[in-house]
Amino acid sequence: MNVLNFVQAFFSDGAHWHGYDGIPTRFLEHVRYAALALAIAAAIGLPVGLLTGHTGRGGNAIAFVANAARALPSFGLLVLAVLLIGFGLLPVMIPLVVLAVPPILVTTYEAVRTVDPAPVDAARGMGMRESRILFRVEVPVALPLILSGLRSAAIQIVSTATIAAYVSLGGLGRYIIDGLYQRNYEKVVGGATLVALLALVTLALFWAVGRLAVSPGVRRR
Amino acid sequence: MIRIDSVTKRYPDGTVAVDRLSLEIPDRSITVLVGPSGCGKTTTLRMINRMVEPTEGTILLDGEDVQRQPVTTLRRSMGYVIQNAGLFQHRTIADNIATVPRMLGWGKQRARERAAELMERVGLDASLAKRYPYQLSGGQQQRVGVARALAADPPVLLMDEPFSAVDPVVRKGLQDELLRIQDELGKTIVFVTHDIDEAIKLGTMVAVLREGGRLAQYAPPAELLSNPADSFVEDFLGADRGIRRLSFFTSDALELTTDAVVPAGAPDAPLTTAETPYLLVTDAEGRPLGWRERGSAGDADRLLPYGRPFRPGTDSLRAALDCAVLSPTGWAVAVDADGRVTGVVSQQTIGEAIRAAHTQAETDAAPARGEDEKVAG
Ligand SMILES: Nc1ncnc2c1ncn2[C@@H]1O[C@H](COP(=O)(O)OP(=O)(O)OP(=O)(O)O)[C@@H](O)[C@H]1O
Ligand SMILES: [Mg+2]
Repeated sequence: MNVLNFVQAFFSDGAHWHGYDGIPTRFLEHVRYAALALAIAAAIGLPVGLLTGHTGRGGNAIAFVANAARALPSFGLLVLAVLLIGFGLLPVMIPLVVLAVPPILVTTYEAVRTVDPAPVDAARGMGMRESRILFRVEVPVALPLILSGLRSAAIQIVSTATIAAYVSLGGLGRYIIDGLYQRNYEKVVGGATLVALLALVTLALFWAVGRLAVSPGVRRR
Repeated sequence: MIRIDSVTKRYPDGTVAVDRLSLEIPDRSITVLVGPSGCGKTTTLRMINRMVEPTEGTILLDGEDVQRQPVTTLRRSMGYVIQNAGLFQHRTIADNIATVPRMLGWGKQRARERAAELMERVGLDASLAKRYPYQLSGGQQQRVGVARALAADPPVLLMDEPFSAVDPVVRKGLQDELLRIQDELGKTIVFVTHDIDEAIKLGTMVAVLREGGRLAQYAPPAELLSNPADSFVEDFLGADRGIRRLSFFTSDALELTTDAVVPAGAPDAPLTTAETPYLLVTDAEGRPLGWRERGSAGDADRLLPYGRPFRPGTDSLRAALDCAVLSPTGWAVAVDADGRVTGVVSQQTIGEAIRAAHTQAETDAAPARGEDEKVAG
């Protein structure tokens, strides 16, 4: 049996489509974990990135924090969090957020910092306040890059959120972990396929947001 | 009036960009700051709208210290135009122009109407309103920059090398446009450039700065050309300042002769005052056709080109001299507004007029300068 057969067998089995272990339930659980983690990471990374990018100060600190965070292994962090806090959603969120903050923070900082200084100077010269300069002049131009940071964070979260299953939570990781345990490779491959699918959906979603939110004057088309 | 009162700017690294500079910038006129790169022009300009804070000295706007005014209010009362325009690339041209009105709380409709009005004023086609900056040429972008600065009708306009990034032809168009707009609106404009020709063309008053941010000379352009304060200013004005100065003398007083002007097909005019071996042939309406040698009447094919004519009164002595220099006969052709010949004039006559104009200018300037010295002392 090859992989495609596994995939076909998994998705054509009617039993996989309902109940608490059904594909819709697990898919939505996974989306919920990923969305929550991305929201928390964005709530940390965006404001800090925007502020440091606007002032141009704190670049070294950001690079340091980002590199340190990247060096932490997600799985190790999960085990540590469970040992410290116990089971639940929180210990799962910690490694996911730690994973997602660096790309958001670093790209947002770089995106705002590298905005053409001339329009910013013009805006300041016409009496625009700093907050308005940031949100009305810099962010619209930096948006494509900011979105790309959010997108890579989202993709990493989607694939890593499978670790939730290790600590008895749901999500698509359940199929992979249970499948490995039960030596049910059909389930493992099915779960992995669903994760890949969700990653593609995420990409499509970010593409659509980019189309809608980025000005044609910035897209140059 | 903007009054810069012994202002010094020392940057944190110790660079003295402006050194005890004092200038009185008159209302409703263009004051140009000119000088070599790094002489503190931009710093001076940016101290007026407090983008840079002076280390010492004060700047008064209509008698009030700019330091005492809230910085946003101050800046909103001054249009600001920079090199390369600095347009907001995510906004359409109309929205770019409407930025300050919108910031001041104008309604959408009113701001849009204002933007349309300004596009016309700066010579931009209305069809560009919905475009984005990247879809415009450099010259058009610069016009948008000017329109954006004028949008809320500020009394003061600060312009930092606004036309230096476009080619000479476009630059000339922008300069002419600025002069025309200034005629209509009468703003108090402070204009920074490193191009002395631009300074002379646009300035009512010109401040020449030298390295280290010190004032070398502050004078109207004609006086700058006739009376450079020192060798620095003289060098900065360039080798042909005598020729350039002629731009400020009118060609009104040139004595034209009509003796050497004949209609096509007519016989030679008698040799009188016009000691020229050539005659200017005109058509039935009196428009110039070309020069012919005496004794070659009727031979229309052998006419020499008459070059570019000048218009007495409208054109300067410089233009008249240029016509004479370029003419194959050494004589310049004068025409009226309809292009009809009003006479011809020789290089020699123009030379005499130049000498007379210089003498006149010296006697006019002498008492004025005497008064200046009294005030200064
Ligand atoms: N932020 C700053 N910090 C330190 N030095 C500065 C700063 N801005 C300008 N200077 C220095 O001050 C001097 C005057 O600069 P300024 O920009 O006013 O010159 P400028 O006459 O506008 O020159 P240019 O024609 O090249 O634009 C220069 O020596 C410049 O290096
Ligand atoms: Mg400058």
